[in-house]
Amino acid sequence: MIAKHENNTEKYMLIDGLKVKLEGEINVLQVIRKTGIQLPTFCYHSDLSTYGACRMCVVEDDRGSVMAACSTVPRDGMSIKTNTKKLLKHRRMILELILANHCRDCTTCEKNQKCDLRALADRLGVYGVRFDNSRPVQPVDATSPAIVRDPSKCILCGDCVRVCDEVQGMGVIDFAHRGAEIEVTPAFGKSLSETSCVSCGQCVAVCPTAALVIKGQTQLVWDALHDPNKRVVCQMAPAVRVALGEDFGMEASGISTGKAFAALNRLGFDYVYDTCLSADLTVVEESNEFLERLQNGGPFPMFTSCCPGWVKFVEEKHPELLDNISSCKSPMQMLSAVSRKYFQRPEWQDGKETVMVAVMPCTAKKAEAARKEFFHDGKYDTDIVITTSELSYMLKEAGIDLPNLNPESPDMPFGLASGSGLLFGVTGGVTEAVIRRCMGVKTSEALQTIAYSGVRGMDGIKEAVVELDGKEIRIAVVHGLANTEKLIKEMQAGNIYYDFVEVMTCPGGCVNGGGQPLAKKRQPIREKRTTGIYNADGMSQLKYSDENPQVKSIYHDILGIGEAHKLLHVHYPHPQQD
Amino acid sequence: MPQQYPEVDAILKAHGLSQSAIISILQDVQKHYRYLPEDVLIYVAKCLGLSEAKVYSVATFYDNFSLEPKGKYVIKVCDGTACHVRKSPLILNALRRALGLNEAKHTTDDMMFTLETVSCLGTCGLAPVLTVNDKVYPAMTPEKTEALLKQLKEAK
Amino acid sequence: MAPNLNMKIASLAAFHRRQTECARNLKLEHKKILVCGGTGCVAGGSLDIYARFQELIAKGGFKFVDLELEKEEEPNVTVKKSGCHGFCEMGPLVRIEPYGILYVKVKPEDADEIFKETIIKGKPVKRLLYTSEGKTHATEHDIPFYKKQRREVLEHCGAIDAESIAEYIALGGYTAFTKALFQMTPDEVVNEIVLAKLRGRGGGGFPTGKKWQQVASQPEKTRYIVCNGDEGDPGAFMDRSVMEGDPHKMLEGMLIAAVGVQAQEGFIYVRAEYPLAVQRLRAAIAQAEEWGLLGDNILGSQFSFHIHINQGAGAFVCGEGSALTASIEGNRGMPRVKPPRTVEQGLFEKPTVLNNVETYANVPKIILNGNEWFRSMGTPSSPGTKAFALTGNVNNTGLIEVPMGTNLKEIIYDIGGGIKGGKKFKAVQIGGPSGGCLCLDHEHLDLPLDFDSLKKAGAMIGSGGLVVMDEDTCMVEVARFFMSFTQRESCGKCVPCREGTMRMLRILEKITSGQGTLEDLELLEELAETITDTALCGLGKTASLPVKSTLKYFRDEYLAHVVDKKCPTKACKSLTSLVIDPEACKGCTKCARNCPVGAISGNVKEAHVIDQKKCIKCRACIDACNFKAIKEE
Repeated sequence: MIAKHENNTEKYMLIDGLKVKLEGEINVLQVIRKTGIQLPTFCYHSDLSTYGACRMCVVEDDRGSVMAACSTVPRDGMSIKTNTKKLLKHRRMILELILANHCRDCTTCEKNQKCDLRALADRLGVYGVRFDNSRPVQPVDATSPAIVRDPSKCILCGDCVRVCDEVQGMGVIDFAHRGAEIEVTPAFGKSLSETSCVSCGQCVAVCPTAALVIKGQTQLVWDALHDPNKRVVCQMAPAVRVALGEDFGMEASGISTGKAFAALNRLGFDYVYDTCLSADLTVVEESNEFLERLQNGGPFPMFTSCCPGWVKFVEEKHPELLDNISSCKSPMQMLSAVSRKYFQRPEWQDGKETVMVAVMPCTAKKAEAARKEFFHDGKYDTDIVITTSELSYMLKEAGIDLPNLNPESPDMPFGLASGSGLLFGVTGGVTEAVIRRCMGVKTSEALQTIAYSGVRGMDGIKEAVVELDGKEIRIAVVHGLANTEKLIKEMQAGNIYYDFVEVMTCPGGCVNGGGQPLAKKRQPIREKRTTGIYNADGMSQLKYSDENPQVKSIYHDILGIGEAHKLLHVHYPHPQQD
Repeated sequence: MPQQYPEVDAILKAHGLSQSAIISILQDVQKHYRYLPEDVLIYVAKCLGLSEAKVYSVATFYDNFSLEPKGKYVIKVCDGTACHVRKSPLILNALRRALGLNEAKHTTDDMMFTLETVSCLGTCGLAPVLTVNDKVYPAMTPEKTEALLKQLKEAK
Repeated sequence: MAPNLNMKIASLAAFHRRQTECARNLKLEHKKILVCGGTGCVAGGSLDIYARFQELIAKGGFKFVDLELEKEEEPNVTVKKSGCHGFCEMGPLVRIEPYGILYVKVKPEDADEIFKETIIKGKPVKRLLYTSEGKTHATEHDIPFYKKQRREVLEHCGAIDAESIAEYIALGGYTAFTKALFQMTPDEVVNEIVLAKLRGRGGGGFPTGKKWQQVASQPEKTRYIVCNGDEGDPGAFMDRSVMEGDPHKMLEGMLIAAVGVQAQEGFIYVRAEYPLAVQRLRAAIAQAEEWGLLGDNILGSQFSFHIHINQGAGAFVCGEGSALTASIEGNRGMPRVKPPRTVEQGLFEKPTVLNNVETYANVPKIILNGNEWFRSMGTPSSPGTKAFALTGNVNNTGLIEVPMGTNLKEIIYDIGGGIKGGKKFKAVQIGGPSGGCLCLDHEHLDLPLDFDSLKKAGAMIGSGGLVVMDEDTCMVEVARFFMSFTQRESCGKCVPCREGTMRMLRILEKITSGQGTLEDLELLEELAETITDTALCGLGKTASLPVKSTLKYFRDEYLAHVVDKKCPTKACKSLTSLVIDPEACKGCTKCARNCPVGAISGNVKEAHVIDQKKCIKCRACIDACNFKAIKEE
């Protein structure tokens, strides 16, 4: 025990004899992590509620009592040990118990080297299991367009249940039954496709094992690439470039735009385009729509439409708001539609079939691409959507070492983008881009003012008020569907009013989409990726979507008269009343 | 047309449509239907603003809830400590034999009998006991169960 | 007997008047028939007895032979449903006042004789009295089962009408509450409980007063009083008896707690298996509301308090505090991590006093008689009395209440009347699935039953179930039984409890089926250590106690199963085989006809043989054989 510090507000505790200052940590685990000791955890995420179920982070106090560090409050003068004989034994036993009922086909598992359970078994030296696997094998659920669920790999840490409930407010999956029969499942053992799942993939992002993985479509991409009769066109979303490098040991905030495009070229895509360009296009269309609504008196608020998880959420939970959603297609769908139009030109009629591939940070994009609204003439606008993680799998399979590539640029005519288009990757980005477009004054001071108007930052619900032609425009920026639901309730109760609301399903926006590389430490990575986007914007010579010359040329050269609306907008019908 | 559940509406209303009353609501629903039908649970979830998975998770947590129809007579054999040391497993076995049921199969095909065990009925002084539709039968023996089943079958 | 006026009592003075009136009305009842209305006796048919007495009284036209009445005065006989007497083994029970006569094993057809003899003539019906060792005992007081008890919490159980608030008040009920409300400050109320050193009767023995203090000191002013009536321990029914037999005592305890910590709402969580308790509590709450003892501005004061009942839905784990509050909130009954503690953020995240039924039932008398009185009973660290459910292979099973610190010998032999069938005592399992098994060899019979002594011996008081086991009980099987219970009732949240108890059960099953190895014993101990140290909640932490204690005190039995592949008590089926004694077998073929798997063969009138390979040891043949020719070896 350390003597208590009486007339001193500073508090300390002892971790394995080392004196550590308490700085407002809410649990002992956080204090321990400050000392550089990485206690194993499965069910602890600082952005979710403390569940305390895996019991891996057990520590021992002076009296020999064992407690879970994640749910112990640090006290001044407290002394705990993290690696006593007893603790090592317990941790190994707990891990052995988890492993006993876990599918052990590790070498052929998709999560393989990325599996927390496997990594921990190695770390703790658990090389044998004295119990046989007694869990009945359950079928794999691959019905969702975006997510595959394999119950036999579930270790029941509850991370997915909490993220789905607490962050997204969806509660699509939950625990069912109890004791040894407990399982994580949608209601009534249904498959994911029968639920209101919006395919955001946040469950995948937190799953420590391969119980929840992205529905991989890389083979389809390979097949297309290997088919000489296909013209394979690829677009890459803004958020991909700040995260792809993570899987190759590159710094998260580093922008690997050039290297990423080079990698796509090495894989053999015929043309690689930048989704940031169509984000610029979206800004123009959406701003126009907003200005029109201002003239026509609504409906307000106008919600953004680029996030497919959010659109699905409205269809499932708030069909009454469908008309409030901007009719703009998402940037991915705009670029696919415009590219298809472009490749219909006579000079491209070489007998090759055009295949549109999109690399996205997002699992819900897979579901979006497969919507019937985007199916024309026997084809979907976007044929295949792969996530950042899947791209990294492809690069690794092909032996393409991202860090050592020389940067290359995307192809014309869809390769030039403004900083505004880049901003789509972060929460508040769409709003910031739209404000830039709508504001009359285009100075660097004005840019600063917009950046600090309240649209940036990680608060769940952000507000900004801007003036447009003498009229005050009330704006809200929200991310995470639980926050969104809160906002909608308040709006519908008449407690708040907004003209424009940007919604992104994933916390922090697309940079933290369900398709991004899995991050061990979610919080710092999120901030770094966000910084990466803002840095890239800072570096771009073009700041305004409407000043992007390629945007102008799209309107001028590619889209025929009256085609802009047809190709760039979509109508999501109200669900059938049953 | 969406399906109508006037009885369920009455139950929901009696509990003030309160999310926290879900357990009492399910108890009343089960009293009415003798089990918890899936469509009713979905309806309850919708009315209370709870996710279906949440209602399912609560319904499957508690022993008393059944998502499958139960027999006309629900026999619960107490396997509490006092009953156990006074040989309640023999009674359970005798009933399983007589009804053609086993650990996995709890309800007879004719939907007459459902056989379950219960942890303790708190009537340890009368051990071993069983209940039929909540009526307690004290100091049971394998022979007495035969007579009981006969009596119940004839009562139909 | 209900007073015929507007029921609501609007002031303290009115309460005193009402109390006097109730007492007077009670005195007007010349003779009372108390038919036990506890779950046990109801199961034995006591409601038919009750109905018959009602008919006999309604018929009227009788005169007392032994009692002189005033002129014009009609003989006043009442029949009431009392709560559980605790002597369930002897039920249905009927008690006749003012004589205190207790009739046991009464049948409906006995009602007429009792009425004729005892009510009219004042004479006991001898054949219905309790006899033991040749002696007949007319009153409860004479019966050895009751003699050594000290009934404070259970004082009214079996002695009063469990469905009448008037009778409770006539006997001094709610006086403690009025004292707390009008004569004491909230701090004084809490302090009295602190000084009394009352410890929670639900298991852990946490000081109740401390809990109240902590709730009272929270900045949040919305506070709840929760009563844990989810008595899930198999082999325990103390709380059931209080809820059924003296519901107002518990309500009064909750009211006093509410005054002490200034709470506004109370919740009683009753397990689903206790429908009668729910019914009685509902009735009691309705009466208390009608009489102005619950509701807004109670007895004209500023104090308002409402009580709700929540029925469990069948989950043992809901006896754990945070699982219980989760269940009231409409969630899965899964314990959560602490902090925050229940006293800080309990039910609906508000400061919550959570005690069990027996704890609340102790409160009124402490407030009324003072903490010194309470501390005069029991031991210095565990004052007061404790109710136990005495069950298993003991002659007198039932509900008992003794001062804390009473030793096991007194309980099993003096109160329990020794082991059933003259068998030898082997062990007593105490504290339910979270408790341990104690045995004779280790001088546990002299062990005083209080929180600390039991903890030291590797058991716990739990909620107070005492299951006595005789020499025929296999301790490995008992350990397996408890583990199967815990495993079945594990909520499944934390790994050690969910996976660990399942693995322990598997190993125990292996051992009882003769497949166990010495390594298995080591693994059992290893698992037990990990579960005890690392499980999330109290139930998990104590789940392996039955195994640990049996491994400690009955290791030989484990070794017999593992090394010799023998079950010394022949309780483990796989380790015994059924054999037909050719001498005794008459060749009647009945066993062969009854065998569900066709394992028995033999010609008519010749000795039959059991094919051990086919035999599933269901023992149907033993039941069928009229010549006791089939033996277990």
